[in-house]
Amino acid sequence: MTTENTDLASQTKIKPYTINFGPQHPAAHGVLRLILEMDGEVVERADPHIGLLHRGTEKLIEYKTYVQAVPYFDRLDYVAPMNQEHAFALGVEKLLGVTAPPRAQYIRVLFAELGRVLNHILNLTTYALDVGALTPSLWGFEEREIGMEFYERVCGARLHANYFRPGGVHQDMPAGLAEDMHAYASSVLDFINDMEGLLTENRIFKQRTVDIGIVSRKEALDWGFSGPMLRASGVPWDLRKSQPYDAYEDMDFDIPTGTTGDCYARYLVRVEEMRQSCKIMKQAIEKMPSGPVMVDDHKITPPSRADMKNSMEALIHHFKLYTEGYHVPKGETYTAVEAPKGEFGVYIVADGTNKPYRCHIRAPGFAHLQGMDFMSRGHMLADAVSIIGSLDIVFGEIDR
Amino acid sequence: MSFVDNVARSFLLTEIVKGFGLTLKYMFKPKVTLNYPFEKGPISPRFRGEHALRRYPNGEERCIACKLCEAICPAQAITIEAEPRDDGSRRTTRYDIDMTKCIYCGLCQEACPVDAIVEGPNFEFATETREELYYNKEKLLANGDRWEAQLAANIEADAPYR
Repeated sequence: MTTENTDLASQTKIKPYTINFGPQHPAAHGVLRLILEMDGEVVERADPHIGLLHRGTEKLIEYKTYVQAVPYFDRLDYVAPMNQEHAFALGVEKLLGVTAPPRAQYIRVLFAELGRVLNHILNLTTYALDVGALTPSLWGFEEREIGMEFYERVCGARLHANYFRPGGVHQDMPAGLAEDMHAYASSVLDFINDMEGLLTENRIFKQRTVDIGIVSRKEALDWGFSGPMLRASGVPWDLRKSQPYDAYEDMDFDIPTGTTGDCYARYLVRVEEMRQSCKIMKQAIEKMPSGPVMVDDHKITPPSRADMKNSMEALIHHFKLYTEGYHVPKGETYTAVEAPKGEFGVYIVADGTNKPYRCHIRAPGFAHLQGMDFMSRGHMLADAVSIIGSLDIVFGEIDR
Repeated sequence: MSFVDNVARSFLLTEIVKGFGLTLKYMFKPKVTLNYPFEKGPISPRFRGEHALRRYPNGEERCIACKLCEAICPAQAITIEAEPRDDGSRRTTRYDIDMTKCIYCGLCQEACPVDAIVEGPNFEFATETREELYYNKEKLLANGDRWEAQLAANIEADAPYR
């Protein structure tokens, strides 16, 4: 070794190597373009570039009547569509000053929890896929498919539900569905146990997740995290408990929290949440009252088809609702629900017309993605993948 | 004791044993895959697939050109033009659905007061060109004739809930 060489090394400053992660990267969970500044294989800075899936949903909703706006919510977080509709339906109900009938509330809770199970199955199994385990996702999709069939039976579509409407739900559940869903709430637990058997104590899985992307309690609160991301850091915050909406008040369930705030804790929290969701689903089915599923005010909800064909007044209501829609009194509301990914909120400003003046959507994934930089700093490139997996981001809702 | 436990676990490769055990268990479970073009998954009467325009049993088309479907369609995929016919009844002269715009939300069939436009059980209507997905009235009526038996059965099955 000559002295000149060592001098050269000490004088030269190597620029961090910048790489593009995505937007077509299979582990990016959608169209995430992540600019990573690397020092060797260590991430020095992660800069998420978003907007590749921007569809202008918020602006579009300003030009749609309240009924027409509902399907736009299915496409935000397309992994658990009904949970998004739930926030919008509750928000419009608040502005209208109506409450959904009890049966509708229970149906909504039932399907919101089914959505949570479906979301976590997809997230956890593809997360395992990201860190190298293929089997859970192959088996998980089978369970998810069964859950989607329930969606299809109740609303007619596997994903594009358009089912939770302001004032209740569109149609009552068909006969036999409640029994099948009750059986599913038990059988999916077997799958969760199997999946846990493969992953929870698996050393490869643990090596890839334990102590990766640690979020402290304070950081989680500072960055506006919610849902499992916040609970894994030890904050027992859940909108279903803190401000119960619909029938959640009558449900008995626990909120799992993590202690370490790393990727592994987030995995454990989600697994336990699925178990709690199954518990809620069973309770919702067992306690479900009978009765109407829509508010009985035909100024805001369409009359039944039999009425519409026999009564002139009902026909007028029908025509009015499907052309002009209903007028929502002036006001504004921020209504949030505990979506599977965190706090999903809708801020609606109504100006007394049949269309919202403004509809802002608060997507939990957006806040979580902001944390990408501090969570991945100092970790390896491969750890960035497991951090993205544990964030549970879906670009439909981040880019809106 | 936990140290011994950990060492034993790491040397005996318990994860692999457990994983293979589970795989073996699943091997003997009934297969869940479907041989798709020959076998299909179940769909409910509420399924919202390809659109169809229905007729009355006497062959008269149901649509009366009230344009409710056109008004409610969030994607503005439906275009209707109407004129009185020679016999004086109001019927559509043009009924187009742009299937590339349609989001299959089902609001058109909800709005239809005469059950004319429906979303049927067919989900296999992929085409090779975009133009083929711009459905006109002829195509929609042909769909209706083709699927009528099932469409009527589905509406009947779902009638108590509508």
